[in-house]
Amino acid sequence: MKDNYVIVAEGLTKRFGEFTATDHITFNVKEGEIFGFLGANGAGKTTAMRMLCGLSIPSEGRAQVAGYDVATESEQVKRNIGYMSQKFSLYNDLSISENLKLFGGIYGMGRKQIKEKTHTLLTELDLIKEKDTLVKLLPLGWKQKLAFSLAIFHEPKIVFLDEPTGGVDPITRRQFWELIYKAADNGITVFVTTHYMDEAEYCDRVSIMVDGQIKALDTPNALKAQFRANSLYDVFLSLARTATRSDS
Amino acid sequence: MIVEANSLTKTYNRGKTKALHGLSLGVEEGEIYGLIGPDGAGKTTLFRILTTLLLPDSGEAHVDGLDVQKDYRQIRKRIGYMPGKFSLYQDLTIEENLRFFATIFGTTIEENCGLIADIYAQIERFKDRRAGKLSGGMKQKLALCCALIHAPRVLFLDEPTTGVDPVSRKEFWEMLKKLQQRHGITIMVSTPYMDEAMQCDRIALIQEGSFLKVNTPQHIIDEYDKTLWNVKCEQMHTLLTVLKKWENTESSFSFGETFHLSVKENAAPADLMRYLGGHGLSGIEISEAKPTIEDCFMSLLKTDYDER
Repeated sequence: MKDNYVIVAEGLTKRFGEFTATDHITFNVKEGEIFGFLGANGAGKTTAMRMLCGLSIPSEGRAQVAGYDVATESEQVKRNIGYMSQKFSLYNDLSISENLKLFGGIYGMGRKQIKEKTHTLLTELDLIKEKDTLVKLLPLGWKQKLAFSLAIFHEPKIVFLDEPTGGVDPITRRQFWELIYKAADNGITVFVTTHYMDEAEYCDRVSIMVDGQIKALDTPNALKAQFRANSLYDVFLSLARTATRSDS
Repeated sequence: MIVEANSLTKTYNRGKTKALHGLSLGVEEGEIYGLIGPDGAGKTTLFRILTTLLLPDSGEAHVDGLDVQKDYRQIRKRIGYMPGKFSLYQDLTIEENLRFFATIFGTTIEENCGLIADIYAQIERFKDRRAGKLSGGMKQKLALCCALIHAPRVLFLDEPTTGVDPVSRKEFWEMLKKLQQRHGITIMVSTPYMDEAMQCDRIALIQEGSFLKVNTPQHIIDEYDKTLWNVKCEQMHTLLTVLKKWENTESSFSFGETFHLSVKENAAPADLMRYLGGHGLSGIEISEAKPTIEDCFMSLLKTDYDER
């Protein structure tokens, strides 16, 4: 594996009985890159992401994430990644600082380190005054931003974001992407799925999955040129229409 | 007005959480009325009051001329409601679910076949599959069939497209248009996706329990009175911070491959060109931008954000 690749997937495949959910996908993600992982519902994104996070063993092919094999070294994979989704993010009945303490502890950070990082993070997010507030009392937009910060609290090499901006207002959605840019500028690799096509434009490279396979992978501009489309929405539409696997 | 509400308020947690702040609205018969706003804006609360599932703290509402508190039984016969969370019976098959809902409403699948035929045709070959085993797109279509099985006068759809990919969302809206055009059903629908606003006849932009604006999407766009530019360059990450600091910037938001920059009245593109060049940015392109619903929504939200 080359040093500057944080994800290397080769022929990564997952079958459930007769059904091939993820079908021989091959791609690399560079360090510090923002990689958009797109596809229609049912195209196989979630299954692929679960394998990359060490939560599901590939049926065939292999993948290395942060230098570890997802099949044989899944525990090391988990330790070196961050994860955030719209559905699971924070414990509602714990305060902000309790959440940070819990996650820091789970990832094996020392008490002193947790304390220092908590202070830095809350200062950056302007949440110092709210540190003892229960998470459930925070507005959704704050929660999402906090959840992202928490996902990178233990300074992972890579963070997986599964539809992180679903349902938030348009201003918060953009502030969220500013956090993503910042993390990427600090060298954290970002692997993100989204149904917002404008957000796909903010990625360095984008892959589009159709029927379990990666049908397109390039920079947003190159994809638009390749498909002679004005926007990634049109690229997505023309590819998704070729799907034979039915989600309807 | 087939749906009418006057000064609806609703609080939770013994008054601590305000969900609706004296909200009034009127939906005309046969229109698609969109409720556009983020999670927590009060969309679901409003739907639950209008569908007689929740009582308001104060205010009143009528659906098809009937009072949501006094005449809730009659209202329930005349409306279809598709909640945001999938709430059909997971252990029943597609056909069993449909038959079950038909029976509850004292009708049969056959009687209202015409209304759901187009949609049902897309899932019919899986009719013996349990609802719990269906994909997201199929669940959505089944839920819509069940909400329509008794030929309601008004259809309430709470975030039917959340988490759904752009292609399936487009198909879903085409189904709604057909229902409106062929069967004259009034549809009240909520969504967090701003781009779907254009599909509605009228929209209400909702935030924190109040309407920011109600009108046709085109009217709302026409009322946007700021100067808006598209700005892009080769160093987009840097552009983000640099644009915000420009003295003539009112607001700057990323929009796909460009930034939408709203500027003070007398600002000229040449000034910006000079300013950005001075910050070492290259490949700068500036052009006039057409505002979208999202620009309108954000400019209405902006005041609120600045006050925080």
